[in-house]
Amino acid sequence: MADDVWILGIHMTKFGKHPDLDPVDLASEAALAALADGGVTMKDMGVLAAGNLMGAAAGIGQQLQKQIGQTGIPVFNVANACATGATALRTVIMAIKAGECDMGLAVGVEKLSGAGMLGVGAPKAAADEWTPGGRYGAVTGLDGRVGTDIMPGVFAQIGMEYGHRYGGTSFELFARIAEKNHAHSTLNPLAAYTKKMTLEQIMGEPMIAYPNTRAMCSANCDGAAAAVLVSDAKLKTLSLEQRRRAVKVVASVLTSDPWEEACQILPNVNTLTRNAATIAYEQAGVGPEDLDLVELHDCFATAELVHYDNLMLCAEGGAVDFFQSGATWRDGSTPVNVSGGLESKGHPIAATGIANVWEVAHHLRGEAGDRQIEGAKVGLAHVIGLGSACGVHILEKSAA
Amino acid sequence: MGTSVPMVEYLELGESPRLVANECTSCGARYFDRRNACANCGGLEFVKAPVATEGEVRAFTIVNWAAPGIPAPYVAAVVDCDGTSVKANVVNTPPDAEHVHLGMKVRLATFPIGTDTVGTEAIGFGFEPVEGE
Repeated sequence: MADDVWILGIHMTKFGKHPDLDPVDLASEAALAALADGGVTMKDMGVLAAGNLMGAAAGIGQQLQKQIGQTGIPVFNVANACATGATALRTVIMAIKAGECDMGLAVGVEKLSGAGMLGVGAPKAAADEWTPGGRYGAVTGLDGRVGTDIMPGVFAQIGMEYGHRYGGTSFELFARIAEKNHAHSTLNPLAAYTKKMTLEQIMGEPMIAYPNTRAMCSANCDGAAAAVLVSDAKLKTLSLEQRRRAVKVVASVLTSDPWEEACQILPNVNTLTRNAATIAYEQAGVGPEDLDLVELHDCFATAELVHYDNLMLCAEGGAVDFFQSGATWRDGSTPVNVSGGLESKGHPIAATGIANVWEVAHHLRGEAGDRQIEGAKVGLAHVIGLGSACGVHILEKSAA
Repeated sequence: MGTSVPMVEYLELGESPRLVANECTSCGARYFDRRNACANCGGLEFVKAPVATEGEVRAFTIVNWAAPGIPAPYVAAVVDCDGTSVKANVVNTPPDAEHVHLGMKVRLATFPIGTDTVGTEAIGFGFEPVEGE
C-alpha cells in the first residue's frame, strides 16, 4: 500500500450570491487561500484537478492556471455530476499515491445563483409530425409525462421508496431533518442561509415535489473550495506547524452504481453509497461508531434519511428511529451536517465535494469556532452525483 | 386520418395495450431503451418481453414546480409490475397525498396526448388506481 496522503491546506469561499465574481475569480480565491493555508505556492504543485460542472467544456483548470500560475503541470478537468469536487480530490490523491508527484491541488467551483430547477432539459420542440426519436423512440419530451426528471422529484421518490420498504416516514419526518440542518446553519458564517426555521415554517414553504418543500431542497448558490494534498514523505520534510495542522486522508473512495433491477428507472443512490462506505471503513480501519462528525449529501431532506442507512450510521432499515433519537443533531452521538448541509449551507455543485471535506477538516483541526464539535478526531464526507457517482472520504486528526 | 402512434416505442397499442421491455436472453435483465448490450451481464441478445399491466406504487412524488410547458401538479411514480419496475405517472386520480399512497394498486391506462398536422394521434400511458383502492 502506498503511503498516506494528507490535506496540507484547504479553503472554502463564502457560499451565496457573488454577482461580481465569475467562476475563475471564485476558483482563484479558493485555490490561493488553500495554498496559503498550506504554506506553499503553485510552484510546489505537481498536478491540478479542477471541476466546474456548468462550464465543463471551458476547462476551468487551465483558466485558473492563467490567473494564479502557469507552471506547465498536468491538468485534469473533471466532471462527475454532484460528485465533481470529490472526483477532483480523488484524482489528486491517486496521482500522489501513484508516485507521480508529491503535492497537488484540487479545486471545485460553481455559479448557480438563480439557476432555477436542475435536471430539466430544454423542452423538445413540437414537430409537425410525430417522429419517434432518442433511445426510447419517443415522439415528445418525456419529463412530466413519464415520471419526472426534476431533481426534487427524483430524490423525493428515493426517500418515499425507503419509507415503502421500512415504514415510519412522513412529510413531517422529512421536514424535521431540514429543521435540524437549518438550525445547524445558524453557527456557520460561510453558509448561504443561516436562518433557523421552525417545523411549521418548513412545512408551510412552497411545495416543490412532495414531500420536499423549498426549505427541504438544496440551495442553488455560488461558491468554490480547494485543497492542497501532500504525500506522507513530503509532509515529513515540512515545518512542525504544517504537520500539526495537516489532516490525514485515511480513506478516499469513488464508486459508480452497479446494475440492479429498477436502477435505470429510478437512480439507485443506495448501493453505490453502501459500497463506497464499506471500502472506506476498511481502508481507514474505523467503523461508523468511531465517527465524530459526518457531512453527507443532503441535496434534499428525503436524501439525508437514506444515507444514514447507506453509510451504516444506523442498523439497516433503522434510519427513522436513528434520526428520531436525536443522534444526528450536533449534540447527538453522530452529528450529521453541522455545517447546515446542502439545504442551508448551499450546493454550488462542483465545490460541494471539497467543501464538505473542508468542514470536516476544520473540526479535526479544532478551528471550527462556535460550531466546533469538541475533541473531533475522525470524520466522514460523502457526496453523490446522479448518473451515478459516489465519493466518500474519511479524515483523521494529525497526531503531530 | 385515424392513425395513431405510441408516445414511446415500448408502448404497444391495440386491443390490450401493454408495455414491452427488451429482456436480456442470458440474465433476464429488462430495459425500456434501445440497447447496445446488457449492463448487468454484457449479453448482446434481447427478446421482447411484455410487462404486467397491473402493479403497485413503490415510490411517488407530486411535482408542483414542473419544467416550463409541463402541466402541474402531476404524480410521478415507480410502479412495481410483478417484478419489473416501470417509471410512469399516476393518472385518473387527484394529484394529492390523500389520493395517492405507497403500496396502492394501479393498472396501465392509455390516453391521447395530441394530434399532429397530418391527423395522427399520439397515445401516452400512465397508471390509474384499481377500483376499490
